[in-house]
Amino acid sequence: MSAVTRMRTPAEAALIERFAAEKATLPGAAEARAAAFARFETAGLPSKRVESYHYTDVRALMRTVAPDFAGKADGMRQPETDEPRISFFNGVLHSVSNLPPGVSCEALASALASGTARLGVAMGQASDAVVDLNTAFAREGVAIRVAAGITVPGILHISLTDAMAAAMPISSRPRVIVEVGAGASLCLMESITGSDGIAYQVNSVVELLVGDGAKVEHIRVNLAGDKALVLSTLAATLGAESELMSLNFTSGGEVSRHQSFITYAGENAKLRLNGVTMLNARQHCDNTLVVDHAVPHGESRELFRAAIDGEAQGVFQGKIIVRPHAQKTDGQMASNALLLSDDAAMSNKPELEIFADDVVCAHGATCGALDENQLFYLMARGLPRAEAEALLVEAFLDEALDAVSHEGLREALAAKVSVWLSSRKTAA
Amino acid sequence: MLEIRNLHVEIDGKKILNGLDLTVKPGEVAAIMGPNGSGKSTLSYVIAGKEDYEITEGDILINGNSILEMEANERAAAGIFLAFQYPLEIPGVATMTFLKATMNAQAKARGEAELSPGDFIKAVRGAAAKLGINPDMLKRPLNVGFSGGEKKRMEILQMALLDPSYCILDETDSGLDIDALRIVAEGVNALRSKGRGMLVITHYQRLLDHIVPDVVHVMAKGRIVKSGGPEIALELEKNGYAEYTDQAA
Ligand SMILES: Nc1ncnc2c1ncn2[C@@H]1O[C@H](COP(=O)(O)OP(=O)(O)OP(=O)(O)O)[C@@H](O)[C@H]1O
Ligand SMILES: [Mg+2]
Repeated sequence: MSAVTRMRTPAEAALIERFAAEKATLPGAAEARAAAFARFETAGLPSKRVESYHYTDVRALMRTVAPDFAGKADGMRQPETDEPRISFFNGVLHSVSNLPPGVSCEALASALASGTARLGVAMGQASDAVVDLNTAFAREGVAIRVAAGITVPGILHISLTDAMAAAMPISSRPRVIVEVGAGASLCLMESITGSDGIAYQVNSVVELLVGDGAKVEHIRVNLAGDKALVLSTLAATLGAESELMSLNFTSGGEVSRHQSFITYAGENAKLRLNGVTMLNARQHCDNTLVVDHAVPHGESRELFRAAIDGEAQGVFQGKIIVRPHAQKTDGQMASNALLLSDDAAMSNKPELEIFADDVVCAHGATCGALDENQLFYLMARGLPRAEAEALLVEAFLDEALDAVSHEGLREALAAKVSVWLSSRKTAA
Repeated sequence: MLEIRNLHVEIDGKKILNGLDLTVKPGEVAAIMGPNGSGKSTLSYVIAGKEDYEITEGDILINGNSILEMEANERAAAGIFLAFQYPLEIPGVATMTFLKATMNAQAKARGEAELSPGDFIKAVRGAAAKLGINPDMLKRPLNVGFSGGEKKRMEILQMALLDPSYCILDETDSGLDIDALRIVAEGVNALRSKGRGMLVITHYQRLLDHIVPDVVHVMAKGRIVKSGGPEIALELEKNGYAEYTDQAA
């Protein structure tokens, strides 16, 4: 090894110090934590020199580490809802309500201590520095089991950062492990919300094991405050004949990176990954996917739509891997961005790594402004420019939102798109 | 009154309109005929407020007030309606949603009340039926996959619903079959009224058999080179434009 050791950033130094101080008290999974931390210690926070972090330089963006929340979660009111809901308060597990029959939930610490859950179960062959950090430090979280064959009604809502309203910036690393039994069906929403003006840091990891023949919809909603750093990972493995639809819905955060590591574990699984991204001011949002067709007969569809305004930056990195024996893989990936201002920017990096010969894979990436001729047509019918733009942007984003099958949820998200568009209008 | 005075228009340094004068009075139906490339669509875009053009001289006025500084939507609210030669497809926007948005926007701009949802649907259904438009089409994204003739009918539907004072029809007859031509012409005729002026751009006499104009203007090389009664259209049908293109040269 060459001796190019870079100076540790204050954040890296603090994390190293913290691990030494905390490791004896971290619940379970000592080996996994030590291995993850060792990788971190060697490589440091991922900088733009690391290919997969080229567009989102976490090392530069996270100069310091905010402290964990030291108070108690009691301050938070019980959420008033009949929907099944798991709530975290400033990163600390606070309440589990209305779980339907067939769904169980155990605190992460006890699940790891007893060995009923394992960190990294759904990561497949993926390895990632941000996930490693979560693995090393994760205390708060839950392990959820959905019994085979049951259909969970409604939406299971995991509110990862509710009431992130502490007067000072804090950091949180929730870990959620969800095991969906064979033939079960589940709609899971994870949300990251919080106050504007506070530079809090979230590094959440959701691991999802989709059993054979199971159907899962996973909606990740990032409405974090305008100074938040959000690192959010979904790792999922797909059983045979299973179906997963996962949507990243984002209008929040100052810097956000949403990762999806998907591994096909059984044949004939179907995957849909969609994204709806709305950015303005100086927001930065990176959607990074690694779809690993490790077995034959997998189908994947990705549709990421972004509307980027102000001086915001969007990033899409989509990698589809087709392993040598994963014949008959069918993958199609598209990333389309609308740049709504001259200073908005988008980086698209689709990648196909195909090692099998009998596959159909395609990707397309586009990036451009609204069509002036369409705008003129709408304006000539009386719509003011801002309204005409809103109509076109809404139609553009809607296509990616369509994959949400729960009507109420789809409408709620569509309403958030409208709110975003009207805030643009008033700002204009 | 819609007045165009000595209008000179360029695009990318290329002169397209060269001192065009034209007046459309309330209640009048004026036809414009002219060879391909003479600037008819350009004129209609410039009146409607498309931004790509540079107006180097002249003015466009409605009832004595210049509209040159107005955005396209403000001109629409002031009563200008352009039925496009090539209507745009708007993917993802249901026709009904679009109609509602435009009608509400214009009502708002004119300080009128929005139609109730019930009245809106009734108005659209009624107008669509008159134009032989299948109500199922209204659920589809605007103009997406519509046939050429269906798009033209949709333009006239919008015209009927938006109640403009000055209608510019740019080759609304092209792409229409014989029956559709009659239906669309009847739709246009039904909108003829004392207060409403129309500028009908066409290449063919057969449209003017249905929509009989009060006056016919011949346009060549970016100017009106002759004006007169409906008989001019018949002459053109016989003799073509040779006489005018030579004269304008
Ligand atoms: N964006 C543009 N850039 C360059 N030239 C243009 C542009 N738009 C129009 N023109 C030119 O201006 C001239 C007039 O075009 P216009 O479409 O107004 O003609 P028209 O009379 O409507 O023709 P047609 O009967 O074929 O519809 C043409 O020579 C055309 O090529
Ligand atoms: Mg034309």
